[in-house]
Amino acid sequence: MNKATLLRRPAWRMEQCAPALLLGLAVLIYVAIALSLGLTRFLTPEATVSILNRSVALGITAVGQTFTILVGSIDLSVAHLISASAVVSSAIMNGDPAMMVPAVVAVLVMGAVVGTLNGLLITRLDVNPLIATLGMALIIQGCLASFYGRFDGSVPDAFQYFAYGEVLGLPVSLIVLALLVLGAWIVLRFTRFGSNIYSVGGNRDTARAAGINTTRVVMASHIICSLCAALAGLYLASRLKSGSPWIGTEGAYDLESIAVVVIGGTILSGGKGGIWGTVAGVIIFSLIDSIFNLAGIDAFAKQVMRGIIIVAAVAFYAVRSKRIVA
Amino acid sequence: MIQETVGSAKTRGVASIGRLPKINPVFFVLAALLVAITFSNPNFIEPTGYMNFLKRAAPLAILAAGQIYVIVSGGFDLSAGSLITLTVVGSSMLLDNSADATWWVIAVMYAVGLAVGVVNGLVVSYLRVPSLIATLGMMITLNGAAFMWSSGSPRGYLPETFRFFGRASIQGIPLIQFLPVALLVLLVVGFILFWLMHRTNLGRMLHALGDNPRAAQMSGVPIERVRIIAFVASSLSAVTAGILLGGFAGVSTDVGVGYELQAITACVIGGAQLLGGRGSVPASIAGALTLTAIFTLLNFIGLPKPTRDVVQGLILIAAVVLATYRRNRAGGT
Repeated sequence: MNKATLLRRPAWRMEQCAPALLLGLAVLIYVAIALSLGLTRFLTPEATVSILNRSVALGITAVGQTFTILVGSIDLSVAHLISASAVVSSAIMNGDPAMMVPAVVAVLVMGAVVGTLNGLLITRLDVNPLIATLGMALIIQGCLASFYGRFDGSVPDAFQYFAYGEVLGLPVSLIVLALLVLGAWIVLRFTRFGSNIYSVGGNRDTARAAGINTTRVVMASHIICSLCAALAGLYLASRLKSGSPWIGTEGAYDLESIAVVVIGGTILSGGKGGIWGTVAGVIIFSLIDSIFNLAGIDAFAKQVMRGIIIVAAVAFYAVRSKRIVA
Repeated sequence: MIQETVGSAKTRGVASIGRLPKINPVFFVLAALLVAITFSNPNFIEPTGYMNFLKRAAPLAILAAGQIYVIVSGGFDLSAGSLITLTVVGSSMLLDNSADATWWVIAVMYAVGLAVGVVNGLVVSYLRVPSLIATLGMMITLNGAAFMWSSGSPRGYLPETFRFFGRASIQGIPLIQFLPVALLVLLVVGFILFWLMHRTNLGRMLHALGDNPRAAQMSGVPIERVRIIAFVASSLSAVTAGILLGGFAGVSTDVGVGYELQAITACVIGGAQLLGGRGSVPASIAGALTLTAIFTLLNFIGLPKPTRDVVQGLILIAAVVLATYRRNRAGGT
């Protein structure tokens, strides 16, 4: 018994540090290419910050997506919610700095409502999460297109501080993302709600039998995910000065955020993984982009390789598991 | 005790006999929709009306009939839409405006489809990547490949010989006047897929695999091979749908966008159970026709595209809620 646990331990460890290994590999390739091409200006701290800054929207979305995937659910409506929140916030603000707070509140309320609806569909009506959130995505898209056919309104300069402002030489948006990650880590690691998420994701029936209110845990995870997507929409509105109805779908934030979370070692069926893997996944994604830019690979070839890399990265640690997946 | 067992077996037998003639509700919904379309547009009863409707629905119906294989086996195939795009763009690049190459190009496209299906199946079976991620990666890759092949702007057009399948009709048939080739293709493909799914051992193994992979493996189902066949069926149906779509739509890099989700929606409307174990080919085809009928009806009523999205979303959710409700009431899981 004792021997068995001892023998099994290294494999378990390997799985734990797989995202770190992948991240190390990506950093190594990046540095090697930059050095071999003599482009040392891409290795300065400023360059590092700009690489990280490029994936703030994806990072914020992925933090939320981590919660839904950990609880054994999934959210495909984030991309359309991002578009909706960018459009709604810029339409409400309409260049007026006084409307900033109402707009932010309205967008966050919208996010909470969407999250609640997703959660209700999944828990109360027992709809498969993929279908529930896909249906929600179509509904949001339709509402957005019919209410804001012509999107006008823009974000006041003061609001652009979110995307372009700097504190102590670090971009505000990056600090917000870092705080969000820290908060998510604390919630998942140290609170009862966090451990409930893992139990419900691991086995919903067992969790219910153990006295956990599974409905509430799933609902809360979906609300967190939608709030994060709304925040990502606010960030994009602030960066681009106005929201457009295709901003979220164009970035493919729904599928990219899922890919990032899964590359970070969180298992799609839930209950295993964590926020730091997601962070590693986000950084890997932006490093891949930077590597392709440095190497001067054509945009379409980039896309082909990106698809292969997503699958290869997930296969990297999925291949050792004995589980049958579908 | 024995008495009880016999009794319960008997009631179960009666129940299953009672359930046998139960027709999938999707067929009633489809019939109701067709009646509604006829009321809003009386021309629909004319052969040109309903034949054009069936012709337009054929690619989605074929795609759904292939997708149901993967859904029954417990997975998803998100790469179908991008494979349609690749088929259309690739054929136009290979044909290079010459009509003689048609058959050869179609063979190449089916070979590409076969390869895509096999790779999807291998990645899911042996690398143990969940099909959602594996086929998502394939989707991104194939879209990139279509862009790369055409350098972003596909040139040329598809010659008449290639467009024959999507466009042409066989004239002079009694009773229905004409039969679109696309519908003929749908009937043939639909029958083959129906037969494989519901009349052969392969179909039973697919259902067993989707229902409980571990149990299927222990009772001797070659789960890897069966899963690969499911993905191949989906990919080949996507190539077929691509060839038909190349017939009516022009060549562009977004012909296939959104088709994978519509096909999954069609299967769900047809009562398929996501994550495997339950699904039928005719019901999925009926689901695809239902979806197309809904869009046609909304078009006749004059609702704009955004409203169609909302309606598709509501229908998708409603179909699943209804299926879950029926299943719970029937006592199954």
